[in-house]
Amino acid sequence: MATILVHVMPKPEILDPQGKAVGAALPRLGFDGIAQVRQGKRFELTVDGEVTDEVLAKVRQAAETMLSNPVIEDVVEVTVAQETA
Amino acid sequence: MTARIGVVTFPGTLDDRDASRAVRLAGAEAVPLWHNDGDLQDVDAVVLPGGFSYGDYLRAGAIARFAPIMDKVVDAAHGGMPVLGICNGFQVLTEVHLLPGSMIKNEHLHFICRDQTLRVENAETSWTSEYRDGEEIVIPLKNQDGQYVADDYTLDMLEAEGRVAFRYVGWNPNGSRRDIAGITNERGNVVGLMPHPEHAVEAGFGPDSREGGRTGVDGLAFFTSAIKNLLATA
Repeated sequence: MATILVHVMPKPEILDPQGKAVGAALPRLGFDGIAQVRQGKRFELTVDGEVTDEVLAKVRQAAETMLSNPVIEDVVEVTVAQETA
Repeated sequence: MTARIGVVTFPGTLDDRDASRAVRLAGAEAVPLWHNDGDLQDVDAVVLPGGFSYGDYLRAGAIARFAPIMDKVVDAAHGGMPVLGICNGFQVLTEVHLLPGSMIKNEHLHFICRDQTLRVENAETSWTSEYRDGEEIVIPLKNQDGQYVADDYTLDMLEAEGRVAFRYVGWNPNGSRRDIAGITNERGNVVGLMPHPEHAVEAGFGPDSREGGRTGVDGLAFFTSAIKNLLATA
Protein backbone atom coordinates (compact mmCIF):
# COMPACT_ATOMS: atom_id res chain seq x y z
CA MET A 1 0.00 0.00 0.00
CA ALA A 2 1.18 3.50 -0.76
CA THR A 3 -0.41 6.90 -0.48
CA ILE A 4 -0.24 9.52 -3.17
CA LEU A 5 -0.79 13.12 -2.15
CA VAL A 6 -2.50 15.55 -4.49
CA HIS A 7 -2.40 19.24 -3.63
CA VAL A 8 -4.89 21.57 -5.27
CA MET A 9 -4.86 25.37 -4.88
CA PRO A 10 -7.11 28.13 -6.19
CA LYS A 11 -5.48 29.81 -9.18
CA PRO A 12 -3.42 32.86 -8.18
CA GLU A 13 -5.67 35.20 -10.19
CA ILE A 14 -8.85 33.83 -8.56
CA LEU A 15 -9.89 35.58 -5.39
CA ASP A 16 -9.87 33.08 -2.51
CA PRO A 17 -12.67 34.20 -0.16
CA GLN A 18 -11.92 31.50 2.42
CA GLY A 19 -8.22 32.29 2.60
CA LYS A 20 -9.07 35.97 2.88
CA ALA A 21 -11.41 35.32 5.82
CA VAL A 22 -8.81 33.19 7.60
CA GLY A 23 -6.19 35.88 6.96
CA ALA A 24 -8.44 38.51 8.48
CA ALA A 25 -9.11 36.40 11.59
CA LEU A 26 -5.47 35.55 12.42
CA PRO A 27 -4.45 38.99 13.77
CA ARG A 28 -7.56 39.04 15.97
CA LEU A 29 -6.10 35.98 17.74
CA GLY A 30 -2.69 37.58 18.04
CA PHE A 31 -1.05 35.82 15.08
CA ASP A 32 0.57 38.89 13.59
CA GLY A 33 2.87 39.25 10.63
CA ILE A 34 1.04 36.95 8.22
CA ALA A 35 0.61 38.95 5.04
CA GLN A 36 -1.66 36.61 3.10
CA VAL A 37 -3.48 33.29 3.42
CA ARG A 38 -4.62 31.10 0.57
CA GLN A 39 -6.56 27.92 1.25
CA GLY A 40 -6.34 24.80 -0.86
CA LYS A 41 -7.04 21.08 -0.67
CA ARG A 42 -4.94 17.99 -0.03
CA PHE A 43 -6.18 14.60 -1.24
CA GLU A 44 -4.67 11.36 0.05
CA LEU A 45 -5.13 8.54 -2.43
CA THR A 46 -4.11 5.14 -1.10
CA VAL A 47 -3.40 2.59 -3.80
CA ASP A 48 -2.92 -1.17 -3.77
CA GLY A 49 0.56 -2.28 -4.72
CA GLU A 50 3.44 -0.18 -5.92
CA VAL A 51 3.28 3.32 -7.28
CA THR A 52 4.41 2.78 -10.84
CA ASP A 53 4.68 5.50 -13.46
CA GLU A 54 1.42 4.18 -14.84
CA VAL A 55 -0.34 4.57 -11.47
CA LEU A 56 1.06 8.07 -11.06
CA ALA A 57 -0.07 9.02 -14.55
CA LYS A 58 -3.55 7.78 -13.75
CA VAL A 59 -3.66 9.77 -10.52
CA ARG A 60 -2.43 12.87 -12.32
CA GLN A 61 -5.23 12.42 -14.83
CA ALA A 62 -7.77 12.05 -12.01
CA ALA A 63 -6.34 15.17 -10.39
CA GLU A 64 -6.77 17.19 -13.58
CA THR A 65 -10.22 15.89 -14.50
CA MET A 66 -12.05 15.41 -11.22
CA LEU A 67 -10.10 16.50 -8.14
CA SER A 68 -9.56 19.96 -9.58
CA ASN A 69 -11.45 22.29 -11.88
CA PRO A 70 -8.87 23.88 -14.23
CA VAL A 71 -11.03 26.99 -14.58
CA ILE A 72 -10.47 27.95 -10.95
CA GLU A 73 -7.80 25.62 -9.56
CA ASP A 74 -4.28 24.32 -10.22
CA VAL A 75 -2.91 20.91 -9.28
CA VAL A 76 0.29 22.19 -7.66
CA GLU A 77 1.84 18.92 -6.51
CA VAL A 78 1.43 15.15 -6.87
CA THR A 79 3.81 13.21 -4.60
CA VAL A 80 4.14 9.78 -3.04
CA ALA A 81 3.75 10.05 0.72
CA GLN A 82 4.88 6.75 2.11
CA GLU A 83 5.28 3.06 1.49
CA THR A 84 3.63 1.00 4.22
CA ALA A 85 3.87 -2.72 4.63
CA MET B 1 -48.92 17.73 -28.35
CA THR B 2 -47.80 18.30 -24.79
CA ALA B 3 -44.13 19.04 -24.29
CA ARG B 4 -42.32 16.67 -21.93
CA ILE B 5 -39.69 18.31 -19.76
CA GLY B 6 -37.41 16.13 -17.66
CA VAL B 7 -36.30 17.21 -14.19
CA VAL B 8 -33.17 15.47 -12.90
CA THR B 9 -32.82 14.41 -9.26
CA PHE B 10 -29.31 13.84 -7.88
CA PRO B 11 -28.66 12.78 -4.27
CA GLY B 12 -28.92 16.12 -2.45
CA THR B 13 -31.09 17.88 -5.03
CA LEU B 14 -33.64 20.10 -3.25
CA ASP B 15 -35.66 21.93 -5.87
CA ASP B 16 -36.75 19.13 -8.17
CA ARG B 17 -40.35 19.22 -6.88
CA ASP B 18 -40.58 22.98 -7.39
CA ALA B 19 -39.05 22.70 -10.85
CA SER B 20 -41.54 19.98 -11.82
CA ARG B 21 -44.38 22.11 -10.49
CA ALA B 22 -43.15 25.06 -12.54
CA VAL B 23 -43.07 22.87 -15.65
CA ARG B 24 -46.67 21.76 -15.03
CA LEU B 25 -47.91 25.30 -14.30
CA ALA B 26 -46.36 26.41 -17.57
CA GLY B 27 -48.36 23.75 -19.41
CA ALA B 28 -45.94 20.87 -19.97
CA GLU B 29 -45.64 17.38 -18.55
CA ALA B 30 -42.89 17.06 -15.92
CA VAL B 31 -40.90 13.82 -16.20
CA PRO B 32 -38.80 12.84 -13.18
CA LEU B 33 -35.31 11.69 -14.22
CA TRP B 34 -33.03 9.83 -11.81
CA HIS B 35 -29.28 10.57 -11.79
CA ASN B 36 -28.35 6.90 -12.01
CA ASP B 37 -30.47 6.17 -15.09
CA GLY B 38 -28.90 6.28 -18.49
CA ASP B 39 -32.25 7.09 -20.08
CA LEU B 40 -33.80 10.47 -20.84
CA GLN B 41 -37.21 8.83 -21.43
CA ASP B 42 -37.79 10.72 -24.68
CA VAL B 43 -38.12 14.10 -22.99
CA ASP B 44 -38.03 17.25 -25.12
CA ALA B 45 -36.04 19.36 -22.65
CA VAL B 46 -34.20 18.94 -19.35
CA VAL B 47 -34.02 20.99 -16.16
CA LEU B 48 -31.13 20.48 -13.72
CA PRO B 49 -32.58 21.90 -10.51
CA GLY B 50 -30.94 23.47 -7.48
CA GLY B 51 -29.78 21.97 -4.23
CA PHE B 52 -26.58 20.49 -2.90
CA SER B 53 -25.89 17.45 -5.07
CA TYR B 54 -23.51 15.10 -3.26
CA GLY B 55 -23.39 17.62 -0.42
CA ASP B 56 -21.38 20.03 -2.61
CA TYR B 57 -18.42 17.77 -1.74
CA LEU B 58 -15.25 18.42 -3.72
CA ARG B 59 -16.79 21.39 -5.54
CA ALA B 60 -20.43 22.31 -6.18
CA GLY B 61 -21.64 20.11 -9.05
CA ALA B 62 -18.30 18.32 -9.42
CA ILE B 63 -19.52 14.81 -8.63
CA ALA B 64 -23.01 15.16 -10.12
CA ARG B 65 -21.47 15.85 -13.49
CA PHE B 66 -20.18 12.27 -13.62
CA ALA B 67 -23.65 10.78 -13.00
CA PRO B 68 -24.83 8.37 -15.75
CA ILE B 69 -27.73 10.64 -16.75
CA MET B 70 -25.29 13.48 -17.51
CA ASP B 71 -23.74 11.67 -20.49
CA LYS B 72 -27.20 11.64 -22.06
CA VAL B 73 -27.87 15.25 -21.11
CA VAL B 74 -24.58 16.35 -22.69
CA ASP B 75 -25.30 14.41 -25.89
CA ALA B 76 -28.82 15.82 -26.08
CA ALA B 77 -27.57 19.37 -25.41
CA HIS B 78 -25.05 19.06 -28.24
CA GLY B 79 -27.94 17.95 -30.42
CA GLY B 80 -29.87 21.11 -29.59
CA MET B 81 -32.17 19.97 -26.78
CA PRO B 82 -33.08 22.84 -24.41
CA VAL B 83 -31.28 22.39 -21.07
CA LEU B 84 -31.76 24.73 -18.11
CA GLY B 85 -29.44 24.62 -15.08
CA ILE B 86 -30.65 26.45 -11.99
CA CYS B 87 -28.23 27.21 -9.13
CA ASN B 88 -26.59 23.83 -8.41
CA GLY B 89 -27.74 22.81 -11.89
CA PHE B 90 -25.80 25.78 -13.32
CA GLN B 91 -22.75 24.60 -11.37
CA VAL B 92 -23.19 21.11 -12.86
CA LEU B 93 -23.38 22.62 -16.38
CA THR B 94 -20.07 24.44 -15.88
CA GLU B 95 -18.39 21.37 -14.38
CA VAL B 96 -19.50 19.28 -17.36
CA HIS B 97 -18.27 22.02 -19.74
CA LEU B 98 -21.59 22.74 -21.40
CA LEU B 99 -21.12 26.31 -20.17
CA PRO B 100 -17.81 28.14 -19.55
CA GLY B 101 -16.51 29.53 -16.26
CA SER B 102 -17.20 28.32 -12.74
CA MET B 103 -18.77 29.34 -9.45
CA ILE B 104 -16.75 29.92 -6.28
CA LYS B 105 -17.78 30.87 -2.75
CA ASN B 106 -19.66 34.16 -2.43
CA GLU B 107 -17.22 37.05 -2.00
CA HIS B 108 -18.68 37.91 1.42
CA LEU B 109 -18.74 34.20 2.45
CA HIS B 110 -22.37 34.33 3.60
CA PHE B 111 -25.20 32.17 2.38
CA ILE B 112 -27.62 34.54 0.76
CA CYS B 113 -31.39 34.32 0.33
CA ARG B 114 -33.30 37.23 -1.15
CA ASP B 115 -35.60 38.36 -3.91
CA GLN B 116 -33.21 39.44 -6.65
CA THR B 117 -33.73 41.80 -9.57
CA LEU B 118 -32.19 40.62 -12.84
CA ARG B 119 -31.98 42.15 -16.29
CA VAL B 120 -32.67 39.85 -19.23
CA GLU B 121 -29.66 40.47 -21.51
CA ASN B 122 -30.49 37.86 -24.13
CA ALA B 123 -34.16 37.20 -24.93
CA GLU B 124 -33.38 34.86 -27.82
CA THR B 125 -32.44 31.67 -25.98
CA SER B 126 -34.64 28.59 -25.67
CA TRP B 127 -35.47 29.62 -22.10
CA THR B 128 -35.84 33.42 -22.42
CA SER B 129 -37.74 34.09 -25.66
CA GLU B 130 -40.92 35.08 -23.85
CA TYR B 131 -39.06 37.98 -22.18
CA ARG B 132 -38.03 41.25 -23.81
CA ASP B 133 -34.38 42.24 -24.14
CA GLY B 134 -33.56 44.47 -21.18
CA GLU B 135 -36.64 43.43 -19.21
CA GLU B 136 -36.14 43.44 -15.44
CA ILE B 137 -37.49 40.51 -13.47
CA VAL B 138 -37.51 39.56 -9.78
CA ILE B 139 -36.90 35.95 -8.72
CA PRO B 140 -35.44 34.39 -5.56
CA LEU B 141 -31.68 33.92 -5.14
CA LYS B 142 -30.29 31.52 -2.53
CA ASN B 143 -26.77 30.18 -2.54
CA GLN B 144 -23.38 29.89 -0.90
CA ASP B 145 -21.20 29.30 -3.96
CA GLY B 146 -22.66 31.79 -6.40
CA GLN B 147 -19.73 33.93 -7.44
CA TYR B 148 -19.38 33.50 -11.20
CA VAL B 149 -15.75 33.58 -12.34
CA ALA B 150 -14.02 33.10 -15.67
CA ASP B 151 -10.85 34.52 -17.23
CA ASP B 152 -11.05 37.86 -19.07
CA TYR B 153 -10.79 36.18 -22.46
CA THR B 154 -13.88 34.08 -21.71
CA LEU B 155 -15.77 37.02 -20.22
CA ASP B 156 -15.01 39.19 -23.28
CA MET B 157 -16.13 36.36 -25.56
CA LEU B 158 -19.42 35.94 -23.63
CA GLU B 159 -20.07 39.69 -23.87
CA ALA B 160 -19.15 39.91 -27.56
CA GLU B 161 -21.35 36.95 -28.50
CA GLY B 162 -24.32 38.13 -26.45
CA ARG B 163 -24.07 35.07 -24.23
CA VAL B 164 -24.57 36.87 -20.93
CA ALA B 165 -28.22 35.91 -20.47
CA PHE B 166 -28.89 37.65 -17.13
CA ARG B 167 -27.18 40.31 -15.06
CA TYR B 168 -27.75 41.30 -11.44
CA VAL B 169 -29.37 44.74 -11.15
CA GLY B 170 -28.64 47.11 -8.29
CA TRP B 171 -26.51 45.13 -5.89
CA ASN B 172 -24.20 42.34 -7.02
CA PRO B 173 -25.08 39.75 -4.35
CA ASN B 174 -22.03 37.47 -4.59
CA GLY B 175 -19.17 39.24 -6.36
CA SER B 176 -19.83 37.64 -9.76
CA ARG B 177 -17.62 38.94 -12.55
CA ARG B 178 -19.34 41.70 -14.52
CA ASP B 179 -22.55 41.19 -12.51
CA ILE B 180 -23.25 37.98 -14.44
CA ALA B 181 -26.21 35.99 -13.06
CA GLY B 182 -26.64 33.59 -15.98
CA ILE B 183 -25.16 32.65 -19.33
CA THR B 184 -26.01 30.64 -22.43
CA ASN B 185 -24.11 28.49 -24.92
CA GLU B 186 -23.46 29.56 -28.53
CA ARG B 187 -26.59 27.90 -29.82
CA GLY B 188 -28.84 29.34 -27.09
CA ASN B 189 -30.34 26.01 -26.07
CA VAL B 190 -28.33 25.62 -22.85
CA VAL B 191 -28.92 28.25 -20.16
CA GLY B 192 -27.57 28.35 -16.61
CA LEU B 193 -28.24 30.86 -13.85
CA MET B 194 -27.84 31.09 -10.09
CA PRO B 195 -31.26 32.60 -9.16
CA HIS B 196 -34.38 30.43 -9.08
CA PRO B 197 -37.13 31.02 -11.67
CA GLU B 198 -38.99 27.90 -10.46
CA HIS B 199 -39.74 29.64 -7.16
CA ALA B 200 -41.58 32.49 -8.89
CA VAL B 201 -44.29 30.80 -10.93
CA GLU B 202 -47.51 31.02 -8.91
CA ALA B 203 -49.17 33.93 -7.11
CA GLY B 204 -49.17 33.26 -3.38
CA PHE B 205 -45.74 31.64 -3.38
CA GLY B 206 -43.49 34.04 -5.30
CA PRO B 207 -41.52 37.17 -4.44
CA ASP B 208 -43.31 40.39 -3.51
CA SER B 209 -44.32 42.47 -6.49
CA ARG B 210 -46.23 45.68 -7.24
CA GLU B 211 -49.45 43.69 -7.17
CA GLY B 212 -48.88 42.58 -3.58
CA GLY B 213 -47.02 40.26 -1.25
CA ARG B 214 -45.76 36.99 -2.77
CA THR B 215 -47.53 37.64 -6.07
CA GLY B 216 -44.44 37.62 -8.30
CA VAL B 217 -44.49 35.13 -11.16
CA ASP B 218 -41.54 36.48 -13.17
CA GLY B 219 -39.95 33.04 -13.42
CA LEU B 220 -42.80 31.39 -15.32
CA ALA B 221 -41.66 32.66 -18.73
CA PHE B 222 -38.52 30.50 -18.56
CA PHE B 223 -40.74 27.47 -18.85
CA THR B 224 -43.34 28.92 -21.23
CA SER B 225 -40.45 30.03 -23.49
CA ALA B 226 -39.09 26.49 -23.70
CA ILE B 227 -42.54 25.00 -24.27
CA LYS B 228 -43.43 27.49 -27.01
CA ASN B 229 -40.12 26.87 -28.78
CA LEU B 230 -40.56 23.11 -28.53
CA LEU B 231 -44.07 23.23 -29.95
CA ALA B 232 -42.94 25.57 -32.74
CA THR B 233 -40.33 23.07 -33.88
CA ALA B 234 -42.44 19.95 -33.34
